[in-house]
Amino acid sequence: MRYLYYPGCSAEATGKAYDISTRALMAKLGVELRELDDWNCCGATSYFSVRELDSFAIAARNLAIAQKQSDDDLIAICNACYTTLSKTNRYMNESDEVFKAVNGALGAVGRTYDGTKNVRHVMDVLINDVGLEAITEKVTRRLTGIKVAPYYGCQYSRPMGTFDDPEFPTTMDELFKALGADVVDYPSKVKCCGGMMMMTKEDAALRMCHELLKSAADKDADVIVAACPLCEMNLEAYQPRVNATFGTHFNIPVMYFTQLAGLAFGVEPSKLAIDKQVVSCDGLLAAIPA
Amino acid sequence: MTELATTSQAKAVHKAFINDVMRMPAGEKIKICQQCGTCTGSCPTSYLMDYGPREVIGAFRAGMIDKVVKSNTIWLCTSCYYCTVRCPAGIKITDLMYELKRLGMKYDLLPRSSKNPAMTKYFIDSVHKHGRNHEVELIGKFVMTKNPGLALKFTGVGAKLFFGGRLPLFAKNIRGRDELAKISAYLEAEEAKIQ
Repeated sequence: MRYLYYPGCSAEATGKAYDISTRALMAKLGVELRELDDWNCCGATSYFSVRELDSFAIAARNLAIAQKQSDDDLIAICNACYTTLSKTNRYMNESDEVFKAVNGALGAVGRTYDGTKNVRHVMDVLINDVGLEAITEKVTRRLTGIKVAPYYGCQYSRPMGTFDDPEFPTTMDELFKALGADVVDYPSKVKCCGGMMMMTKEDAALRMCHELLKSAADKDADVIVAACPLCEMNLEAYQPRVNATFGTHFNIPVMYFTQLAGLAFGVEPSKLAIDKQVVSCDGLLAAIPA
Repeated sequence: MTELATTSQAKAVHKAFINDVMRMPAGEKIKICQQCGTCTGSCPTSYLMDYGPREVIGAFRAGMIDKVVKSNTIWLCTSCYYCTVRCPAGIKITDLMYELKRLGMKYDLLPRSSKNPAMTKYFIDSVHKHGRNHEVELIGKFVMTKNPGLALKFTGVGAKLFFGGRLPLFAKNIRGRDELAKISAYLEAEEAKIQ
């Protein structure tokens, strides 16, 4: 199994652990990742706010490079990158005007793109290509007794619902059940964390994170696993701010799902950047049966 | 005079909104909104908005879209896409919010209370400069100019992130970063031809 890999900007900074753990996990599972050559920012939600065609065109630059580089599917790890790249494909296919404008712009820099590159979320690849059967066979350290709260966030399956349900996704639940964990079913698993508003409208975002953390804590979650750098950052790094604002005492480890899954496949915690988390994971690590 | 100018600008914003929305994939579905309010009920931030998503479409029909553009509403949209997946008429409401943000930028109708437009601009500056968003530069510039209080509140966690290697000081520049500016320039020239 071989894929092109789009890390995304956060993977070089606040979300570094997502990149490190994805590479380690995939290597362990025998999946080859080749980084997309000279990739640029997908544009995220900010570019849509300036000019729509610009946002599609700069996202499409990545897809054009991918098409030239290899026939392999392109994997994204960040929910926002995944949605932006997929949305670009969809709108290019739904609208001739978008297709022509994007290719005109790409033509100005000597590139072309036909709208057909497959964009996949890393979770989609784990569940549907690697498969739960192979995953179950390869587990070396089952997460027995660990209460895992999967946090999907928004752009995991919204708006498109390509590989999972937009309102009630279950793929992360299935993965951690296969890894032996007790998966916590809690009502906020697809609610918004506030995203970029943590910078621009902190009180509102803190309230959203408080609701999420409380909802997981009420179900005695030992750890929250995320699939998006902004979600992970908000829920983890802002826990002290949530506590100071709402008088709570949350101290819940939050990590990328690829980090916790990596542990179950016997990857060393340091190779999954678990030592770089803001909320200490020591108690959690000790609780996982050897 | 002021009154007249406001009116002509309102008309221009209204016209631009219709034109742009009708050019979007599935844009014409805005006509079949039945004002059910599922969007507003699903929105995690509607409780803070001057106009909820349902009212945005109502205001547009009443010829008041310029008032929405000036309101805090559009900059409180987090792109969670709940409204879009739940709308029984298939209206892509999140895309409408993006369109309203674009009009706000274009006609310089930004609400003073919102720090979000500055964040958006800085984000794009960073991408144009490096080809990628350099998070440290973005957060640093935003905190310094728009939200200095945040620096103090965030010192402890910031240190942990920094020493965990999660706040690299230097940006990685991609080789083709001039391509992004050329792409933008091309599209801008094309748009100018249409108008």
